[in-house]
Amino acid sequence: MTAMDHPEQERERMIRARNRALVGVLVALVALFYAITIVRFGS
Amino acid sequence: MSDLSETTPHILLPLTGASIGGVGDYVEILKPRVMSLVVFTGLVGIAVAPGHLNPVLALVAVLCIAVGAGAAGAINMWYDRDIDAMMARTAARPLPAGRMMPGEALAFGIVLAVGSVLMMALAVNSIAAGLLALTIAFYVFVYTIWLKRRTPQNIVIGGAAGAFPPLIGWAAVTGDIGWPAVSLFTIIFLWTPPHFWALALYRAGDYAKAGVPMLPVVAGPRATKRQMLLYTLALWPASAAPWVMGVAGAMYGLGALALSILFTASAIRVWIDDSERSARLMFGFSLLYLLLVFSLLLVDHTAAGAARGAWP
Repeated sequence: MTAMDHPEQERERMIRARNRALVGVLVALVALFYAITIVRFGS
Repeated sequence: MSDLSETTPHILLPLTGASIGGVGDYVEILKPRVMSLVVFTGLVGIAVAPGHLNPVLALVAVLCIAVGAGAAGAINMWYDRDIDAMMARTAARPLPAGRMMPGEALAFGIVLAVGSVLMMALAVNSIAAGLLALTIAFYVFVYTIWLKRRTPQNIVIGGAAGAFPPLIGWAAVTGDIGWPAVSLFTIIFLWTPPHFWALALYRAGDYAKAGVPMLPVVAGPRATKRQMLLYTLALWPASAAPWVMGVAGAMYGLGALALSILFTASAIRVWIDDSERSARLMFGFSLLYLLLVFSLLLVDHTAAGAARGAWP
């Protein structure tokens, strides 16, 4: 591995982690909006 | 304000395009420790308010308060990145440390601020959403941009931003702003100056270096300690107000009074003891004070509700 590979791999790892976190947030938002809709329609 | 983005280390890395801010950095710029206190006081506002809020909507309200507070923190970190780099306490934050681009933090903060206010308006009510928008705007424009670098009264007036969450919580349930909620606001408003000045007493060198006119820097430790003592005395009637207004019972009232006496005692100790240790102890106790006062309120209210056969 060259000295230039390491920062590039680190950057890719960070971007992957950010993407996973973003997916998690979006899924949580979908679930939350679903729950809000159920509650609002229920009342 | 200087633009550190031109000098920060990550610009020197052979990276193009996207920045290198990690998930942890995004969490850090939301100021999670401040957020936890904000969430707790907002939750207490929801719990003690008369009426009923569906648990899902209560969760949404708390989430919006948390995200809104985090957004304000992120925008604050964006604006203050130049002075943060000069202070030991804040130099390792993502922006001054060069782990995140300034524009990233600003965009993140704005998206979360708008998102949290819209969500509050759609799911809960417009009064709570309006108060949340006011809180974020107050913290960003009044405290961060206008007062922080101009006056030693920065945290006295700016502290109002941190006092809004119980008011938002109350408004989420009732749809209005009641006097008992104002009493909770007053407790946090009066608690903020002695809390931050205790920190500023042993970080005065840092603030002076960054050019932030905190009271110990501008007026000296003696004048600061006198002000701290006066604010802790003002907390005696303020912390008893929820009891007087009937939001809480004698258990809360006596407990809050005892805690206020201890808070004043710690201010007296700071007054007579010039060591850094006494200021550190007071800073630590101030956090415990607010946590315990609001916990007592929650416990007392829950116990009263259980005695009536209603919960909470």
